[in-house]
Amino acid sequence: MVYRKRFDGRTDEELRPMEVKANVIPNAAGSASFKIGKTWAIAAVYGPRELYPRFLQDPKKGLLRCHYNMLPFSGSGERMRPGTSRRGQEIAMVMTKSLEPVVDLSAFPNAVVDVFVELPQTDAGTRCAAISAASIALAEAGIPMKDMVSAVAVGKVDNRIVADLDYMEEHVDEFNPESKGQPVSDIPIAVIHNTKELTLLQMDGEISKDDLLSALRLGQKAIEQIYQLQKKALKERFVKE
Amino acid sequence: MSEILVKERDIVIPGEALAEGLDYLPGDNTYRENNQIYSKVLGLVNISGRVLKITPLAGPYVLKVGDKIIAKVIDITMSGWRVDTNTAYSAMLNVKDASMRFIKKEEDLSKILAIGDHVVVKIINVTSQNLIDVTMKEPGLHKISGGRIVKINSQKVPRVIGKQGSMISLIKTKTACEITVGQNGLVWITGTPEGEFLAEKAIKLVEEKSHLEGLTDKIEKFLGGN
Repeated sequence: MVYRKRFDGRTDEELRPMEVKANVIPNAAGSASFKIGKTWAIAAVYGPRELYPRFLQDPKKGLLRCHYNMLPFSGSGERMRPGTSRRGQEIAMVMTKSLEPVVDLSAFPNAVVDVFVELPQTDAGTRCAAISAASIALAEAGIPMKDMVSAVAVGKVDNRIVADLDYMEEHVDEFNPESKGQPVSDIPIAVIHNTKELTLLQMDGEISKDDLLSALRLGQKAIEQIYQLQKKALKERFVKE
Repeated sequence: MSEILVKERDIVIPGEALAEGLDYLPGDNTYRENNQIYSKVLGLVNISGRVLKITPLAGPYVLKVGDKIIAKVIDITMSGWRVDTNTAYSAMLNVKDASMRFIKKEEDLSKILAIGDHVVVKIINVTSQNLIDVTMKEPGLHKISGGRIVKINSQKVPRVIGKQGSMISLIKTKTACEITVGQNGLVWITGTPEGEFLAEKAIKLVEEKSHLEGLTDKIEKFLGGN
């Protein structure tokens, strides 16, 4: 099969329709909702607050701690086992690592900033949505940050390099037996806006070096849209009446 | 070639460029990298001469020596009380800083301040590891009894107080309440039940609309009926 047109008719670098909002959870210090297509992430930031257990405390700087959780009814609707999973823990770890380079917690020794991300609905690209939402929530909580982090997935589906894969595209080799031999590659990336540095780079599947480089270039271009929406969401609340 | 990229009172997000070139200086909540000055928090731009500062719109309270705060007693130790400051760090109120009168060695400290009591205290020392000492030994510092405590965002405290206390005195006179604002974002209101309720609502309104100008007039209109 040759993948002539994307399933939902998007162009290669087109992202799914997004809806980004800040301040959705009044009790949290900062919060954000990030919808991209059918994927929906809600992030809430609490702290800085006292860190327990004590052995985790770092007297030199505060700790950034992320939690990632898909709700039991997210995804296809088939009930999943709720709570933390091995996958969830790994994603929480990569989220922490992708946000840590911009967050400056040197003023809060021995304390912790907690970032909770819940996903009510998922259709691939959840870790990217989670990072983009967490970045807004941290900024809204007034945590000192060098820059914003935006994330998106890129990849190669059949013969095309595309941005922001959805679930159908990610699993096209399973849905369509004829496309065997052309494995889909799915590469979530996170980027620091000003320096264009990558803070997250993972991959499922396989891809050639040249294709990987052009996929990353496509990602850097697509990510600008996400940054603009993050910026808009943060400023929206303070427009003059 | 130096150039300013923002205007006074613009809202900026972390990482947004404020100015280019070495003629401008990075002030509070900003940093310089590669010849550019960037913001480090979500806040309002403040240009004073060549210095660019950001006034944060949200964020945790940073403990400062000399600040008057409202704290809650959470523990009693050999030498005094441990108080919660509504931040990630608790503070120590030493016996010698607690009262004008002499407190004897064998005295029961819980008779003076019990666990759960709120106090108005002043920060006298903060270390690099954010270990805090507070005192209650100055006029205006005391144990709180009665009234209610309202929590607000600590960055909004200056707006709740207003220029030369204009906002807080307006709320005080209109609601006939006694109000003490702690720099850590805790506000103590005491008066008639109706007055307290109204004052709490007014303070919450100030918190919500704090980024707007002409706020005192809005609050006056809100409280106008009385």
